[in-house]
Amino acid sequence: MSNHENHTHVHRDDEAQKLGMWLFIFTELLLFGGLFLVYSIFRAQYPENFHESSLELSVTLGVINTVILLVSSMSVAIALTAVQKSNYKLAKLMLLLTVALALAFMVNKYFEWGAKFHHGLYPGSELMQLLDRGHHLYFSLYFFMTGLHALHIIIGVILLLISYVKINKGKVVSDNFMHLENAALYWHLVDLIWIFLFPLLYLIS
Amino acid sequence: MSNETEKHVSYLDYKGEYKGIFAWIFSTDHKRIALLYLYAIVTFFFVGAILGLMMRFELAAPGETIVKPQTYNGLFTVHGVIMIFMVVIPGLSAVFGNFLLPLHIGAKDVAFPKLNRFSWWIFIVGSIMAIMTQFLRQGPPDTGWTFYAPYSTSTGTSVILATSAAFVLGFSSILTGLNFIVTIHRMRAPGMKFFNMPLFPWSIYAASWIQLLATPVVGITLIMLIFERLFGIGFFNPELGGDPLLFQHLFWIYSHPAVYIMILPAMGVITEIIPTFCQQKVYGYKAIAISSLAIAGVGFLVWGHHMYTSGMSEQARWFFSLLTFVVAVPSAIKVFNWILTMYKGSIDLKPPFLYALFFIFLFIIGGTTGLILGAVATNIQVHDTAFVVAHFHYIIFGGMGFAFFAAIHYWFPKIYGTMYNIKRANFGAILLFIGFNLLYFPQFIIGYQGMPRRYYDYLPQFQWGQILSTIGGVVLFAALIVMVANLVKGAKKGEPAPANPWHGSTLEWTIPSPPSLENFDTDPVVKKNPYDYNSGI
Repeated sequence: MSNHENHTHVHRDDEAQKLGMWLFIFTELLLFGGLFLVYSIFRAQYPENFHESSLELSVTLGVINTVILLVSSMSVAIALTAVQKSNYKLAKLMLLLTVALALAFMVNKYFEWGAKFHHGLYPGSELMQLLDRGHHLYFSLYFFMTGLHALHIIIGVILLLISYVKINKGKVVSDNFMHLENAALYWHLVDLIWIFLFPLLYLIS
Repeated sequence: MSNETEKHVSYLDYKGEYKGIFAWIFSTDHKRIALLYLYAIVTFFFVGAILGLMMRFELAAPGETIVKPQTYNGLFTVHGVIMIFMVVIPGLSAVFGNFLLPLHIGAKDVAFPKLNRFSWWIFIVGSIMAIMTQFLRQGPPDTGWTFYAPYSTSTGTSVILATSAAFVLGFSSILTGLNFIVTIHRMRAPGMKFFNMPLFPWSIYAASWIQLLATPVVGITLIMLIFERLFGIGFFNPELGGDPLLFQHLFWIYSHPAVYIMILPAMGVITEIIPTFCQQKVYGYKAIAISSLAIAGVGFLVWGHHMYTSGMSEQARWFFSLLTFVVAVPSAIKVFNWILTMYKGSIDLKPPFLYALFFIFLFIIGGTTGLILGAVATNIQVHDTAFVVAHFHYIIFGGMGFAFFAAIHYWFPKIYGTMYNIKRANFGAILLFIGFNLLYFPQFIIGYQGMPRRYYDYLPQFQWGQILSTIGGVVLFAALIVMVANLVKGAKKGEPAPANPWHGSTLEWTIPSPPSLENFDTDPVVKKNPYDYNSGI
């Protein structure tokens, strides 16, 4: 049987795309919002333990990672502006820089987590079971929150790489750049969540 | 092909890139996706209903009747998980929201058709996971659908798979809600302002916001529960320093608003049906539209009324109680408006309208008993009794379920282009109504007298009520079969239906039944209120 004529015309609505991404960002914020709620309750319950545990984290590594992410947010913003001004070479360079910074962040994270694992401090370990309740909860939250954030970094990197390929193929261009804009929006979200995680986990006085 | 058919190819007959079943599961057409949801949800509904019926048989006599206690715990848990996460939450919004939202606002499809298709796929994945819990070696979860900690952190049953399923289903729900919000904001036909929209899209709009904003909270809670089980973390386990009350709070922050995800579209359906079968402009259009948003907004702030006996400060209790009474006001506004719409209308007692009347009756009983539960003093008396079971079945089944049946009878000719047997449908509706009340009303009485919910065994003094309920369950199930058989026969062999069999006034009735792939051959321009019956029929 013959196919019916395909009437589907290409319907493009940049505003809808952007609205969709903003709504998705709301859901991500609420996802982490639940965690922040749990964090604040346990921190109020075990303030001493949370303070002592946070001393175990390296503030230096945390600061480096914060700077890395802030710079990466800038580079992705430059990439977007570059695409809008048809400077695709600069855009691709900046995207690669963003991805490189993301990888640097993950390498730092790997060393941070690795050191904890080395000391026997990881979810489900024997040492964790022996800790005080507050310490146990702090480190559980630490791994849970930074782990979930790292997952978002990976998703963000994948989105940015897809944008890179689309620029290469000429699908993201100066008058049609929603994919990159949404990927950049998502990347800013990942950055923003870290801005909250860093003081909550590293800078407890 | 003749010129006639060349002009109008319905979405059911459309031949695209894919063949056979793939033409459906790879379709991005909102109408086909709606039918995929419909068939899946009806199937799950019958699975859940059979589990429920088994519980009824078990409870027909005290002591062991047909199953062992552990099996019974699995039955009420899986019945709850299936009915809540796979039937009533996606039910109206995914089936009728998908089918009608674009038609109601004069659009060709939803804003993100591929995302829509993706939502259905992960809905199916989540559903398969939930059903698989029945067949695992550890046995079905036995925590109740609420997964309360700390028991859920320690039971040996397949809680991890069940909560993962709920997480995946929640993700599907979020994406559907997101899609609908963007669709309503961006795809309304020229001239259609927000206050020109029919009231069903309004209700979908309010429900979508709840889906979007509440679901992530339960998502992260369930993931925390899974990690707690996997790694011995103590978020919710008091032995490890956690707080089980925290789980209850986080759970109900989603799960109470979830009640409004199901009931708002149900109210939207009823608001469409009543003006059509009374041929009367809907009374208080703006009040109904805004009350949907009010229910969605206040509904976020009442979750604590599930926890009066769990341990809460006196202030928190009266605060949640007050808000519970406040959220009843917009619901009552809708009921008054429906009844005033009928006043002096030319009423036509067809099956959809009959279901709508039953809805109002059952919803009033469910709603007012909800206030008994919302008041702290009376709640303490009936907390966790069969009274609660009766209350939420009057809302969920009597409300959302009857609205679903009303919707399928109302839009059936539009969906399939054929008509079912009206007399048989009326008979099914009346039988369903009788069975329903016989099943759930006795639960109010024995619950008030002290019959606890979720109990396997009970004192002989409650047996009269349990037996009436079981008989009601059988009648109800028979009525469901009558209804479905009539609809299936109607879809296959029914008389062809005209474009506007009920003389409705919204946009979907202006196009042929069933609609073509792109719904509107010429883009509609909207100039008037959707419920304008004054221009004559």
